[in-house]
Amino acid sequence: MALKSWKEILIGGMITDVGNSINYKTGDWRSYRPIWDDKKCNNCKVCWVYCPDGSITIKDGVMIGMDLDHCKGCGICAQECPQKAIKMMEETKLREAVK
Amino acid sequence: MPAESYQDDGGDQVEGGGEMTTMNVAKYKGLPKGLEGDRAVAEAMRQMNPDVVAAYPITPQTEIVMRFSEFVSNGEVDTEFIAVESEHAAMSSCIGAAAAGGRVQTATSGAGMALMWEVLWVASGSRLPIVMHAVNRSLSSPLNIHCDHSDTMGMRDAGWVHIFDENVQEAYDSAIQVLRIAEHPDVMLPTLHALDGFIIGHSVERMETLPDEAVKEFIGTYTPKYSLLDFEHPATFGPMDLQDYFFEHKRQQVEAIQNALDVIVKVGQEFGELSGRPYGLMEEYCMDDADYVLVALGSTAGTSKVAVDMMRDSGVKAGLLKIRCFRPFPHKMVSEVLGKRKVVGVLDRSISFGAQTGPLCLEVITSFFTHGVSPKVVNYVYGMGGRDITPAHICEMYKELVEIDKKGITGPVQRFFGVRD
Repeated sequence: MALKSWKEILIGGMITDVGNSINYKTGDWRSYRPIWDDKKCNNCKVCWVYCPDGSITIKDGVMIGMDLDHCKGCGICAQECPQKAIKMMEETKLREAVK
Repeated sequence: MPAESYQDDGGDQVEGGGEMTTMNVAKYKGLPKGLEGDRAVAEAMRQMNPDVVAAYPITPQTEIVMRFSEFVSNGEVDTEFIAVESEHAAMSSCIGAAAAGGRVQTATSGAGMALMWEVLWVASGSRLPIVMHAVNRSLSSPLNIHCDHSDTMGMRDAGWVHIFDENVQEAYDSAIQVLRIAEHPDVMLPTLHALDGFIIGHSVERMETLPDEAVKEFIGTYTPKYSLLDFEHPATFGPMDLQDYFFEHKRQQVEAIQNALDVIVKVGQEFGELSGRPYGLMEEYCMDDADYVLVALGSTAGTSKVAVDMMRDSGVKAGLLKIRCFRPFPHKMVSEVLGKRKVVGVLDRSISFGAQTGPLCLEVITSFFTHGVSPKVVNYVYGMGGRDITPAHICEMYKELVEIDKKGITGPVQRFFGVRD
């Protein structure tokens, strides 16, 4: 996306296309990645309640995974999960494993 | 209304305009009163009837808040008055209320303004047309409640339009004009007018107020383009703004404050049509043939007019340039008005510690350099912490300017007038 000049943008940094934070991928800050074990998960959605970034993806009332484009890897979901169905793993190790 | 532009388009401000003179024809007849500066400002606020006032009392501004809260209690205004716990909260409340689309005002002095510091920049960066009535007071330490310009000069780079008043009448008149300046679509910046603490704030002068309906007509109604309460057109105010766009938003602020040069003159002219008292960016007093000129802000400009008359009686071609608008600084006009004078003395009622001169003199010298003129300039720092300045003192300065003309500048450019050596 081409950056605009100061003459082309709203004053004061104002945003009128609300909800555009979805376009800002904060997931690449993450140093720990949540790994979800769907076999242990009983779909209680406590993780969804606690997630500060709305990164628990729910479809038709069922937890189906994490939005890794926006998950910052805080680990609150892993801490709060009553079923211990989420564990945090270091991104660097996961990336090395892919290589 | 003047057709010329006073804007800084690549350094080309157009000559002339902006001078304050008395108009004979006014649409409304003034109502003569004896009021202190603070009470005159509170009266102007009553007539403007802001949506929200958030303020914390501090000497020497206290009377504004005290008087205005009486108006609120008596039901004389519709204003939501927020009695905040600090000035930081006052300015923060103003920011929220202005983002919600309200007409918002506050008043402060000295240490209170210093406590607002962080959020002063949020107000300007968010482009919210908040009005501040600032009653100048020194900054501690040592503790002092009296007038100098350390407080508002301390926020000179905060992106606020900054006007100085000479007397009670101007404090009342500017209090009304700054609202129009702030809300102008080409400006949309918070705007302050500064009146000298005690000297103007607590001194009773004969002045005239406008009828309520005249003020109402002058300020009109305000419909913000964006507002937090406009649910049909949702907007986010004050979001994160990083390396990719922050600089562009600062560049917009530069443009907006330069636009204020034209707007201040237009609003001042329109106010003149209403009241018989037009306003501009500065005022020249006995300047037609003046060789020795002092440049002053605030109430000292009034004192200097008396001194000019005294010097003229003794045959010295003395003149005064009063700067009304300090931010944006009318550099082109200042260099044109002063460029060919023999000696210029600039009066600063604040100190920029470690700089060569006080803040006003820095502006004047920079204006001379960038516009290629070079009269002799000296800087008089005076009146710190409310130390008295009289016409006799100012006459001494004029006499020194005459000596400098004969002998050249000897000694430092910055002189501390009235301090015991």
